[in-house]
Amino acid sequence: MRRKKNACGFHCIKVTDLSVKIDDQQILSSVNLHIHCGTFAAIIGRNGAGKSTLLKAILGEIPHTGTIEFKNTENGRMQDLSIGYVPQSINIDRTTPMDVYDLITSFNYHRPVFFRQKKLHNEIKKILSEFDAENLIDQKIGTLSGGELQRVLLSLAVINEPHLLLLDEPVSGIDKNGMDLFYEKMKLLVKEHDMAAIIISHDMDYVAKYADEVILLDKTVLASGTPKSVYESQPFGDMFGGSYDYGNLNLRSIPIGH
Amino acid sequence: MYQILNYSFMQNALIAVIIISPILGILGTMVVQKQMSFFSDALGHSALTGIAVGAILGMTNANISMIVFGVIFALLLNHIRFRTKIATDTIISVCASVSLAIGLAILSRGGNFAQYSSFLVGDILSIRQSELPILGICAVLVIAYWILSVNALNATTIHPTLAKSFNIPTRLSENLFAVILAILVMISIRWIGVLLINALLILPAAASRNLAGNMREYHLYTILISLFCGLLGLFMSYFCNIATGPMIVIYAGIIYFATYMKCRH
Repeated sequence: MRRKKNACGFHCIKVTDLSVKIDDQQILSSVNLHIHCGTFAAIIGRNGAGKSTLLKAILGEIPHTGTIEFKNTENGRMQDLSIGYVPQSINIDRTTPMDVYDLITSFNYHRPVFFRQKKLHNEIKKILSEFDAENLIDQKIGTLSGGELQRVLLSLAVINEPHLLLLDEPVSGIDKNGMDLFYEKMKLLVKEHDMAAIIISHDMDYVAKYADEVILLDKTVLASGTPKSVYESQPFGDMFGGSYDYGNLNLRSIPIGH
Repeated sequence: MYQILNYSFMQNALIAVIIISPILGILGTMVVQKQMSFFSDALGHSALTGIAVGAILGMTNANISMIVFGVIFALLLNHIRFRTKIATDTIISVCASVSLAIGLAILSRGGNFAQYSSFLVGDILSIRQSELPILGICAVLVIAYWILSVNALNATTIHPTLAKSFNIPTRLSENLFAVILAILVMISIRWIGVLLINALLILPAAASRNLAGNMREYHLYTILISLFCGLLGLFMSYFCNIATGPMIVIYAGIIYFATYMKCRH
């Protein structure tokens, strides 16, 4: 990412009345979201609540009704929304002959992957360095640890300075230390750059600790607001059985729907 | 040793091998990467159906009917691949078997299949000098296509949704790849044969995959292995008096298993 600026708070992403229907099955109905730049938001909900579908609908991958707008609230002008995306996993196995340079080049550059160039190599190294991943550039993707791959995918997602960053449960296979590092980095990212982030998470404690806003989803938005207000809300209690012990954040993970 | 190059059929075959084998190998890198080896196998078999359809329509040039049918068949398979929730290998197998059966049924009418059996095994020594420029043009076009499309293809393979978020035309690049693959397979089938074409696509890339750590090495090793096996197969077939196609594939197979063992250690 080239420029760094503090969040102005004047840009917002507004999702209005978003619905998704697949084969006569209503996956999402009338979802409304309003997320300002500089906000780190988390979507929580049981399995099959439509969390991943919502992200894919915002990405334009799944046909949907309703609108997704990116607005400058200062002057009311609309802008094109650019989105960065961090998937849950990628289709690469241990033997895939591809290193981090190849991965990033394939997505973001026109230079064919098989013509390696020193200049581009240095440029990608610089991009990776923001996530302390510059030493991974020549490493085979299949040999990266969960945390390393996540840092590489994050570097790729923010490479073109998106307005909105979507993360689909990107923290599997990462230890507690790595989780804290990841969430702290995310927090810093959205604050430093003019960016909003929406993460799907199963981890109530980390969401409580780091998210600015929580969205409880089950086909539609059941509750949204600060972690505290959502965790103490009725729909949260109904879904997960009892209220969340907000005062006792011991960073244990609550497995939901598993 | 050098005497054999005095024969014009050997000179032509040598040039053909130098052109075809690396080009097939390069396309093979992505066939292996995309786990499409079954797809390309089905495509090779559909050549017979293409010939049959051409025969019914009274087309004198089997090449054109093969290419047209191959392209349609490849796009159809791709369409099914994207649309269906049924396992891709099952659906491809069904389509390939039905198309092959129709092709064989038509070609075997009146007990005439023998005249088409050369398509099954192919004969690279039968290539004519006048056909070499066409092969050369195809090679240049495929290389140009590859330089422009390899990144998009690779990104689509890694994660289609992620590729779309970078405005990569994923469907277009998948379809274009299938079409180019179909055309090249159909063009080469007369010299390599329905039964072995897939081996030439898959084996060099599969062997290279066992050795390579990045895409540059993957391409480089694939091209070297393809060329090495192609040339060795051609010369050995001459000396041993064995068909060239199988000879090339046997060497590629030996290299694959050697690299596999190395990879395992």
